[in-house]
Amino acid sequence: MHVAQLARLALSEDEIEPMARELSAVLDHVAKIGELNLEDVAPTSHVVDITGALRPDEPRECLPREVALAQAPAVAEDGFLVPSPQA
Amino acid sequence: MSATDVLALSAAQAADAIAAGSLSAGELFEAYRSRAADDRAAGDDGLNCFTWVAEQAPKGIAGAALGGVPLAVKDLFCTKGVPSQSGSRILEGYLPPYSASVVRRLQDAGASLLAKTNQDEFAMGSSNENSGFGAVRNPWDRTRVPGGSSGGSAAAVAAGLAPWALGTDTGGSIRQPAALCGIVGMKPTYGSVSRYGMIAFASSLDQAGPLTRDVRDAALLLGHMVGQDPCDATSLAFPEEISLPSAERLDGVRLGVPEELTGEGIQAGVLDAFRAALVQAEALGAQISQVRLPHAPHALSAYYVIAPAEASSNLARFDGVRYGLRADDPSDLLDMYTRTRHDGFGAEVKRRIMLGTYALSSGYYDAYYGRAQRVRTKISEDFRSAFDQVDLIVTPTAPSVAFKLGEKTADPLAMYLNDFCTVPMSLAGIPAISIPCGLADGLPVGLQIAGPAFSENRVLDAAYALEQSIGFDGVPARV
Repeated sequence: MHVAQLARLALSEDEIEPMARELSAVLDHVAKIGELNLEDVAPTSHVVDITGALRPDEPRECLPREVALAQAPAVAEDGFLVPSPQA
Repeated sequence: MSATDVLALSAAQAADAIAAGSLSAGELFEAYRSRAADDRAAGDDGLNCFTWVAEQAPKGIAGAALGGVPLAVKDLFCTKGVPSQSGSRILEGYLPPYSASVVRRLQDAGASLLAKTNQDEFAMGSSNENSGFGAVRNPWDRTRVPGGSSGGSAAAVAAGLAPWALGTDTGGSIRQPAALCGIVGMKPTYGSVSRYGMIAFASSLDQAGPLTRDVRDAALLLGHMVGQDPCDATSLAFPEEISLPSAERLDGVRLGVPEELTGEGIQAGVLDAFRAALVQAEALGAQISQVRLPHAPHALSAYYVIAPAEASSNLARFDGVRYGLRADDPSDLLDMYTRTRHDGFGAEVKRRIMLGTYALSSGYYDAYYGRAQRVRTKISEDFRSAFDQVDLIVTPTAPSVAFKLGEKTADPLAMYLNDFCTVPMSLAGIPAISIPCGLADGLPVGLQIAGPAFSENRVLDAAYALEQSIGFDGVPARV
């Protein structure tokens, strides 16, 4: 349940048991990579050699505010409306 | 041209016919549009390939290379003003304010948006049973899955409901459904196609690619997809033109067969079709030898750490604030987040978010994500060594033919094993194509051909020569 909290995910009572069982099975399987000797192996950061991927830092037009807000479930005063952090 | 003649044309042939004036783009569009709309209207009695179908042909671009040939696009590509939900209920009603770069690029080249295709939710799945829009059926056998996650795209092309389609591949999501539906599907080199506007699953692996009836169409579509995009810092300028393949022979081409991916766990009928394709390759002049990919058997484990980890991060954006679903009457902000995500995500997406959150959580990062990225390095090294000895690597695309709907839904691990042969190439970022190479139990079998980064032209040439030699009849009993 700690992980579900970290993931900001509510789980209903009937979801918890199957989730725990299925995750254990997958984790047992992926734990096999623990058997490999990976000392002195660098973790992959990117699969293709790439350098200088930065584009010039030039101002560009962005989405107009009303377009960016148009898909939101609730809007107020030119912003996204959300409930209070504390009830 | 009669409607039957029009539907028999490959996309490349249709573009040529339009350019020659013997076919009108409007007539072609309507021939497919009406078939796609019928499938959508049929609901469960159809194949359920589509989440949206155009009501009329978009205004064409005169003289453009693709001539207005209609294109079906996987739901997860943002299409301006057209529903784009990545197969998920959490994006209910979302109308993107912009289109994905690759979609725009193809529209500029003259492709007409025909439909959005059904998929596994957020591209997480190998059977297209994890969709918020319901399962897709395989046109070869309605009781079987089309593969996933680009199952709607694959089934639509196989059933002649679209001339060609866009898909995405993270661990096999183009190649495996192409194999199970008897069509061609290609995952290009990571970075060759912009990811901007693709609703992200696992950013270090996601890559868009074509699903087509034949290899020539795959080359034509891919040629208009590749290229650097200022909106995607991981995109690269493709080093050469993608040319239309024409090779008839494979003289001197060295094909490597990795023993790790061609033995245990592969269905006997699939191996028979694979070996028959190798015999054909030899007859075309190819030299076939065994190669080793010692870490390939660990690829699936590494993948099912890396992909969920990246997904758990990418899917944090679905919180009920800016778009899509929001839970009713939240008591506070946290309640809104957790219930919106509970209501909006399907079971497999929740599973992967949990898995990824766990793998990235404090105290477990090194044991899971860190180790998995090291395994990934070893897999890339395996491929580099293999490509010192051979030009291309060949394997079956999927370990089995299309399985029954519901057969693997209760066992996530069994489902994940579908990606056994495709995940190593994804982790290494290298290009791979699946072409149909025969039938087993009356169902299509895919042959996977992979090459080093940016070897798309060589992969396509070899695939084309084999395709001509195999002569696969790509038309299932029309549905």
